[in-house]
Formats: sequence, structure tokens, C-alpha cells
Amino acid sequence: MEKSIAELRETFKTGGTKSISWRKSQLKALLQLINQNEDSIFKALDQDLGKSPVESYRDEVGVLKKSVTYTLSCLEKWVAPKKAEVPLLFFPAKAEVMPQPLGVVLIFSSWNFPFTLALDPLIGAISAGNTVLLKPSDLAPACMSFLVETIPKYLDNKAVKVLAGGADIGERLLQLKWDKIFFTGSPRVGRLVMAAAAKHLTPVTLELGGKSPAIVDTLSTTPSKAKVTAKRIVGGKWGPCTGQACIAIDYVLVEEKLASTLIELLKKTIKRFYGENIKSLKNISRIVNKHQFQRLVNLLKDPDVADSIVYGGSVDEEKLVIEPTILLDPPLDSEIMSEEIFGPLLPIITLKNVEESIDFINSKSNPLVIYAFTEDETFKKRILSETSSGTVTFNDSMVQYRYSI
Amino acid sequence: MASEVEKKAVFDIDSAKEVVQELRASFVAGKTKDYEWRRTQLKAMLKMMDENEPQIVAALRDDLSKPELESSIYEIAMLKNSCKLALKKMKHWMMPEKAKTSLATFPSSAEIVSEPLGVVLVISAWNYPFLLSLDPFIGAIAAGNAIVLKPSEISPATASLLAKLVANYMDSSCIKVVEGAVPETTALLEQKWDKIMYTGNGRIARIVMAAAAKHLTPVVLELGGKCPVIVDSGINLQVATRRIIAGKWGCNNGQACISPDYIITTKDYAVELVDSFKCELELFYGKNPLESKDLSRVVNSNHFARLLKLLDEDKVSSKIVYGGERDKSNLKIAPTILLDVPQDSLIMNEEIFGPLLPIITIDKVEDSFDLITSGAKPLAAYMFTNNKKLKEKFVEKVSAGGLVINDTTVHLAEPTLPFGGVGDSGMGAYHGKFSFDTFSHKKAVLYRSFAGDAPLRYPPYTDGKLGLLKALLGGSILGIIRALMGWSKA
Repeated sequence: MEKSIAELRETFKTGGTKSISWRKSQLKALLQLINQNEDSIFKALDQDLGKSPVESYRDEVGVLKKSVTYTLSCLEKWVAPKKAEVPLLFFPAKAEVMPQPLGVVLIFSSWNFPFTLALDPLIGAISAGNTVLLKPSDLAPACMSFLVETIPKYLDNKAVKVLAGGADIGERLLQLKWDKIFFTGSPRVGRLVMAAAAKHLTPVTLELGGKSPAIVDTLSTTPSKAKVTAKRIVGGKWGPCTGQACIAIDYVLVEEKLASTLIELLKKTIKRFYGENIKSLKNISRIVNKHQFQRLVNLLKDPDVADSIVYGGSVDEEKLVIEPTILLDPPLDSEIMSEEIFGPLLPIITLKNVEESIDFINSKSNPLVIYAFTEDETFKKRILSETSSGTVTFNDSMVQYRYSI
Repeated sequence: MASEVEKKAVFDIDSAKEVVQELRASFVAGKTKDYEWRRTQLKAMLKMMDENEPQIVAALRDDLSKPELESSIYEIAMLKNSCKLALKKMKHWMMPEKAKTSLATFPSSAEIVSEPLGVVLVISAWNYPFLLSLDPFIGAIAAGNAIVLKPSEISPATASLLAKLVANYMDSSCIKVVEGAVPETTALLEQKWDKIMYTGNGRIARIVMAAAAKHLTPVVLELGGKCPVIVDSGINLQVATRRIIAGKWGCNNGQACISPDYIITTKDYAVELVDSFKCELELFYGKNPLESKDLSRVVNSNHFARLLKLLDEDKVSSKIVYGGERDKSNLKIAPTILLDVPQDSLIMNEEIFGPLLPIITIDKVEDSFDLITSGAKPLAAYMFTNNKKLKEKFVEKVSAGGLVINDTTVHLAEPTLPFGGVGDSGMGAYHGKFSFDTFSHKKAVLYRSFAGDAPLRYPPYTDGKLGLLKALLGGSILGIIRALMGWSKA
């Protein structure tokens, strides 16, 4: 391991990765890797997570292709120094801000979007001229093996390396000095990463999660809008890796008088998208492993939580499948309402007035995304200014990530 | 009675918790988000400086024997300018930025909204105790945050003046100063902050970041390093020398994070350079620089002893070519130049932060780049040259927080340039709009409409949908048409 990292540092020192032509060649090679291995990628995702090709394309392959293409088209602009204004006092001075690579970068990716979360940061690191060590998650072993075997065939081995392994490898990597660490995962491990980085004053980017709520205020408008709302909620909960996504909708907030309408719409949509029951479930991923499966099943063990199930609830331990499940007003102090769910369970919390959702959200820690289905411009402004989250998306779910530039 | 007073006087974990709770309540109540509140606080800062300049200068003289000119210009005037810029531009900075959207999310609109982070902790340093405490305030206030300031106990007169002035002029329900040393700082670091900005050294920075890691608090660390100056031949030597002197001894007597730490020049040019220094230094500070009123003193006996250790090391003391005099009772060391100290000497292996200037000589100017890049990345690097190719190579090869060609330290005063380090010299940046940005969260907002809901996003998933999705994400109109017509492979 130490040898690999020493090689990455040597390579960076030679200055080869700084050249624009090197960066472009690597990005093009990455695009080729994706284009020429689509089927293997689909296969690995199906093996690790039961993802269907459409979901895999939409959330992983397609996103990556777009990212590489976009980066290639903007690279020269991004690399160029930016002129800065100089006050008269310093005439005739000139000033500019110049982007420079940091050096040797460590990327930890997560298991739920094992390609996107490994290769999207890689695109950034390469385009900025760094050398990279990528440590994919061993909880998605087929995807990890694919990356370990395939990346060396396409990219510059001296500058981009992939290391297989589990938490112990991760810990060893964190003892070493990096110029940047990019981590996607849970807040618990995020703290460990940052604490390790602190010893070397290494800057970090931490992509974590939270309980991302969806506020629903549009059911009393036209039936077509209500239908679209339901589709987007269902698509935003069970569409991405059956809810195992940092930006999946975690829970829903709706006015109590509209709850039953919403639940009926959601049930219809779930049946149409994914099937009538757990035996005929399709177009949906499975839970990644036994540990996560048990964790989710345990969330439903609390009798008050179990009582609040209004749809679904069936599980298949052998196949690691939990069917799309809706709960109505589980106790607010239950684990399902205090931990990030990261799975196919959707609590619906009812309020007297939809405006109360702002205080509700603020009583919890800042989520990664707030989704709000509303056409009330005043309410939109209030949500924007009175809540804090990584992102806010109005009237849709997930698209801000998939199609963001 | 006595024990009650004692209780109040100790600032412990509970006191720190209370402070944060109070500030968080003010923040949650929306006090600091209000534009008028931000304006009033910034204006109060200006008033505070206008009405107390003599007291500020006196405190800086007490703590550092800082000459009045340095205090007035480098601390007070710079701060006032920063404040006025923020007042002028704040409304514009606060406005959401429109972001482009792509075909794939049509029809939609997007923007990036700047929101305050919440309650921030500013830990400042002793060398520019006024500037480094209040400059972060400007960004934090403009961005709408509540603030706790922990000024350095090594500059105690300024620390207590700051505590008094901030309490008198600013809104103490949202902005507080906590005086103290290690125990108080530790108590503060146990708390959960929304951002911590620390200015100081690498050792404490690691402690700050480790404490921040427990709460996933983002940090800005403004540190230091050995800021090199490369001096080429064929330049206006007199101007170059003066600018180096101004950046070294004119900046708190070398006790500044961006002071030139050491010089690299060619063997051929060294003698001329040393002579130029001797000439200009005498002009600036006279024949007895220990008596010059235009030089700050060394801040305290710890640092005095540290600097003497660097100077008196055997292999180094013989290399002094100018200066070397010291006055222990007044904590003064004369401007000192050393020629060709060994690379493995103490003085070449730690940030000097004092009035000692080693000159290292090399054969060719180009050799200086490797010498610099073999060490840790400094906060600043300087080069004096008229050679265009050398300038380009310098900018390309040397990684540092900031670079200046043909001057030293002045980039600090440039609000359009981000001021911050890289690697061991720090992370994050501020000044001008960068201050506002550093204390803001840039929230991404996407507005979607209900019209044009594409069924191809949703299950049941079919080959046709896969084909269309590929075409849509690929962005080509032709591809989309082909997919719609069923002409493309899934």
C-alpha cells in the first residue's frame, strides 16, 4: 500500500498530471471504459443490489457519461486563471486566481451507487490534475472487483489506483498523509475520516446524508398534479436503490385532512410501478446485505411503529427484499423517525397545517435535501429562508442530482 | 459572596454551553439573518474604530510595541476598508445566483441561495490581534451569522480592549468575546459550532480540526509556513530590497504569517543583494536598530528565547552578515541577515516568525523552484524578476496560498483575491466576497413544474424507456428523435 502511494506522489511530482492533454486523455479513457463495459456494469449492479438496467443507466451510467462529457467540454475554461480586479492603489499591478491541483487525493465511495460515487469524484480529481487512490466500498463486492480489474486497463496506472478491501484497509489509508480526502458515507464514519485528516491538516469533502423530508401541499389542486406528485414521491423513494440513497425521500409531511388521499395515490402508484405484492415485486433494487436488512426490520419491530403500517410490511430474508412500506404517523420518538431510514419504509407524518412542516424540519438536524411539492409562492419563499438544507427541490425529487450541472 | 464571584469568573464547559445556547437562540429567532441587523453591526464596527483609534494603537503598543503607522494602516485602515466594502456590496452578495439548467430537467429553473451557517467561532492570533479578530467578523456578519470571538491571550491588552469595545458597540445577544487561554479555548472547542475559523500555527490547528471533526464542523485554518523570496538579477534592486524589508521587518518585525521567511538568490548576485540590504536597513532603522521606534518588539520571552535558539545554533551563528544584536530586557532583536546557513539548521526547518532573514544561494535561479517545492507548501511565495519565462515557471511550479511577483505581502490588501493557505499552510480562504462565501452555505435550489412529466423516468422499466433515457441524457436531439421512433438500440 505504501509503495502505491509513494508512486502516486512521485507521479504527481513529475508534473505529468498537470498537463491539460493528460487530463483530457484520462477523461476520454474513462468514457471509453463506461461505453465499452456497460453490460458488465449492469451485471455487477444487479448482482450487488438487484438494480435493473434502467435504474442503473439513469442513476449511474448515464450520470457518469454526462459528467465526463460536460467536464471535457469545460475543462479548458476551468483550468484557466481568472482575472481579479485590482484597486487603483496598486496600479499598474495585475492579479489573477489560478487553480492548482492539490496533489494526491484519496476517494472513499459508498455501496449504494457504487459507480457514480466512485467515478464522479474521480472525474473531478483528474480534471483538476491530481493523482488518485480510489477505495470503493466492499459492501458492493462485484462492483468493487469490476473497478479494481477494469480501471487499470483504461487509465494511467501510475496516477490512478484502485484498492480493494474493507474497513481495515480504510483505517490504514487514513493514517497516511493525503492532500485531500473525499468521503461519501455515513456521518459516523465521516467523523472518523475528519479526525484522521486533522492529524495531517488534510482538507476533506464529506458527502453524508440525513432525513430528507418531502412536504406535500399540492393534493388539493388538479387531479393530474396530484398524480404527478404521487409518481414523483414514489419515484423519489423507491426508485433510487429502494430508498438506500442519501437523497431519497426519507419521510413525508402532509396535512391530516389530505393524508388518506395521498396514501391511496401512493398505493396505486406503487402497485403500478413495482407490482401488487412482495412475490411479484419488480423494477426495484434489493437491500444490500443482511446487516442492513436486519437494521430495517428492527425499525419495524417497535409495536407502535408496526401498528402504524398502512401498506406493505412484508419481508423476504432470503432474497433480502422488503416491499415498499408506508406508515402513517409512527411515534415521533421512535427510531424510524430519529435515524436516517435508508430503505424502503416511508413514514407519513400528518400536521394540522402544512406550514408546521417548517418547524418540524427545523427540530431535526439539517437534511441533505428538502423536497417541497407546492405551488404557493409565499410558502416556497418561507421554506427557502426559514429552513437549512444542502439543497431544496420544488415539485420533484432526485432530478437535482441526476441532471445537475 | 466570594465564591459566587469566583464561580462567574471561571469560564468552563457549562459556561461555553450557555454562550452557544444563547447565540443559537438568537440565530434561530432570525435576528442575524435580517439585512438591517447586518448593516447596523457593520456600521457599529466602523464607529467603534473611528471613536477608539488611539486606544487601539495604545493596546497594540502595549502588546507588541507596534509602531503607530503599522497599527493605523495594517490593522485599523485595512479593517475599515474591508468593512466599507462589505457594506457596499453585501446586498449584491446576498442575492441568489441564477444557475443554468439543462435539457434533461426542462422546464425548470435553478438558483444558488446563500444562507448563514449559524453560530461561528473565531479564534484569532496575537500578531495582528485586532485585524485577525475583526476581519473574520465582517464576513461572518455579512453572511448573517452569530459569532463568538476568542482572541489570543498572548496579546492581552488588545484582547480585553476587544472584549470591552465589542460589548459596547455590537449586539451582545448575537456577538460575544470570550477571553482566556487554553482552558477556555478547550471549553469552547467542545461545543458544536457551525463553522470554526482559526488563525495560528499548525500544531493547534490539528487540535482545532480534531475537535471540529467530532461535530462535523467545517473549518477555515489560516496558518503559515516558510514564505520564500526568490531574487533574480537584472531587477531594480533598490525597490526590491525596500519591498522585502517592508514585508519582513515592516510587518510586525517579521512576526507575520506572510512575512518573507528566507531568500533564495544566485551565488553571483548574493553579495550585491546583501550590500543593498545593509544600505536600506540602515536608512530605515538607523545605526542602532535596537533603539528604532519603527520596529515592533518580539512578542514575549518565549518567542525571544526561541529566536535566539535559532540564531545561536553553532552552524548558524557564524553566518551572520548583518545585525545579530539583542536586548533581552526590551525583547528586541536587531534586523539580522545570515548568508548560506546549512539546510539542516533549525532556522531553515521551522517558520522563523521574527527578524532573522537567511539568504540561501544556488547556482541558477531555476534551481530555486525545486528547493521550494521540496518543503511544505507555504502561505505565500514571492519572486523578484523581470524575466517573463521565469515568472510563468514560478506561477506554474510553486504551490502556495498566494504568490506575488515583484513585491511582498501586498496581496493581503486585495479583496478580489482569496487569502488562504494550501497543505500545511491551511485550508479555506477569506477577504472580500470570499469572506461572505466562507461563512455561507450555498444552497442549491431547483424549481420544477408539473408540466411535461416524462413517463420514462418511472417503472415499469422497458427497453424502449432505456433507449429514450440514454438519448435524453446524451443530450442530442437526433438521438432523442431516433429513440422516440424506436430506431436506436436500448
